[in-house]
Amino acid sequence: MDSGVEQTRELPQEIDTKTNTRDILARETRYQKEKGFNDWTIVDVDAHHSEMSSWREVVEYLDDPILKHYANEFQARTGGAPGLSNHMPGLRYQDAGGRIPHQTHIGEAVDDSVHHRDVTLIRRSMDAMGLDHQILFPGNLLQLGTHPQPRVEAQLALAYNRWVCERILPVDERVKTLLYLPISEPDMCMKMIKEFGDNPNVSGFMITSVRFKPVHHNQFIPIYRELEERGLPLAFHAGLTWGDDWMKQLDLFISMHAISFVLCNIVHMTNWIIHGMQERFPKLDVIWIESGLAWLAFLMQRLDSEYLMRPSEAPLLKKLPSEYMADMYYTCQPIETSNMALTEETFKAVNAETQLLYASDWPHWDFNPPSTIYDLPFLDEKAKRNILGENAVRLFDIDTKKPKTA
Amino acid sequence: MTELYVGREDEFEDRGRKVIAHGDLEIGVFFVDGGFYAYENKCVHQGGPVCQGRILNRVVEMIADDKTSQGLAWSEDEVHIVCPWHGYEFNLKTGVHPGYKNARLRPFDVKVKDGEVYVVT
Repeated sequence: MDSGVEQTRELPQEIDTKTNTRDILARETRYQKEKGFNDWTIVDVDAHHSEMSSWREVVEYLDDPILKHYANEFQARTGGAPGLSNHMPGLRYQDAGGRIPHQTHIGEAVDDSVHHRDVTLIRRSMDAMGLDHQILFPGNLLQLGTHPQPRVEAQLALAYNRWVCERILPVDERVKTLLYLPISEPDMCMKMIKEFGDNPNVSGFMITSVRFKPVHHNQFIPIYRELEERGLPLAFHAGLTWGDDWMKQLDLFISMHAISFVLCNIVHMTNWIIHGMQERFPKLDVIWIESGLAWLAFLMQRLDSEYLMRPSEAPLLKKLPSEYMADMYYTCQPIETSNMALTEETFKAVNAETQLLYASDWPHWDFNPPSTIYDLPFLDEKAKRNILGENAVRLFDIDTKKPKTA
Repeated sequence: MTELYVGREDEFEDRGRKVIAHGDLEIGVFFVDGGFYAYENKCVHQGGPVCQGRILNRVVEMIADDKTSQGLAWSEDEVHIVCPWHGYEFNLKTGVHPGYKNARLRPFDVKVKDGEVYVVT
């Protein structure tokens, strides 16, 4: 070999479904150290685990003996886990035909003799991305809002909530959740708020946005009132569906995903604003999750323009729709940056420095590591620190004195 | 100019690769259709380990003379590397995204001497 040639070390050729989470995310770990923000407080307001992988455990938490029987019978059938759920097989396109392995399956080796497998996987991703705290959500259950049987939705939600609060959340105090509210059954929602509202691992509650219920309806008002009185935030978590007539016209996953995740929150936000929910519940903290950010500037201008011409149809409003929208909170993922000037203007429009919350959405295919916020060219350090963690610390009253690694 | 040792030429099969590291610099070296191509293992999107993704042919859509779609097919000559973080795809011979020419991987020259492969940095 020639003198002057440098020796190298060889890395694994390919990342696949068996690759350790810490190795998949190793570049982010190194980048944070290189840039010096690895010691910042970072709060991830939207990450997921795969409750379907633990479905046998979850259904054991069903109260209803007949539903539990059905759930157990489903286990023996080909296709396995989603018995009782309304999971749509077409949504399995998420990994782009196996191109994005962490979306396909997290199949890495885990010793689950001490802690639940999900706890270990969560810890690995948190450590690799330098996260201090995380708000954890389910995966496929985010589709449950379109379940044709509202009672089954409510019973499954209750079972999942009890399971996650008993089996997953108590192990690591850095991990919290905003619990699923099945608003098709308002009485069940009230029961859940009372049962879990004081749980230290429950930071608030969440409505899945893929559902066809007007969120301002009087039947839901007691839910919002109860949350406001308890000081518990309410989140609307967007999702995807191929099941409504608009989405049925989009015959590719890319098209359906791009629109579906935004359309559901556009509809709910419009009802929320125009029906004066911010006036009725001024102390209720509302968070809009996983629709990206580009929709916000559009909807602000659109609703402002219409409201100015038709104030008689929105008599509860005392200011512009965009001003109410700028009072609420938004998670940043999946952030759109192909036109950075538009991104910057959107940040200004939503008062990002105080209202924007970092979210990874790990392990999903369009996740954002913290560096996506750190690298934005138009933010100063204070804004970056706020968005990556400090805004969430204030919103959820998080104790930041706890160690970064469990 | 530094030469980084990659390995022996005969270790590479068609569409084979090695991903090497020198300090913090990671480089993927690919052998495609008789030629070597090397890129930094850092996606231009969000910094993902792009060279450790799947190697797949480009997907093309077949449009007939009457402009109707005849469905999708694998390209016969364009090979892509797919970033495992988010799915960005790049032509392995050019390092460029199929629909956005500004998205291109950082290339390195590859030298083969006496059956040994080196990357020039």
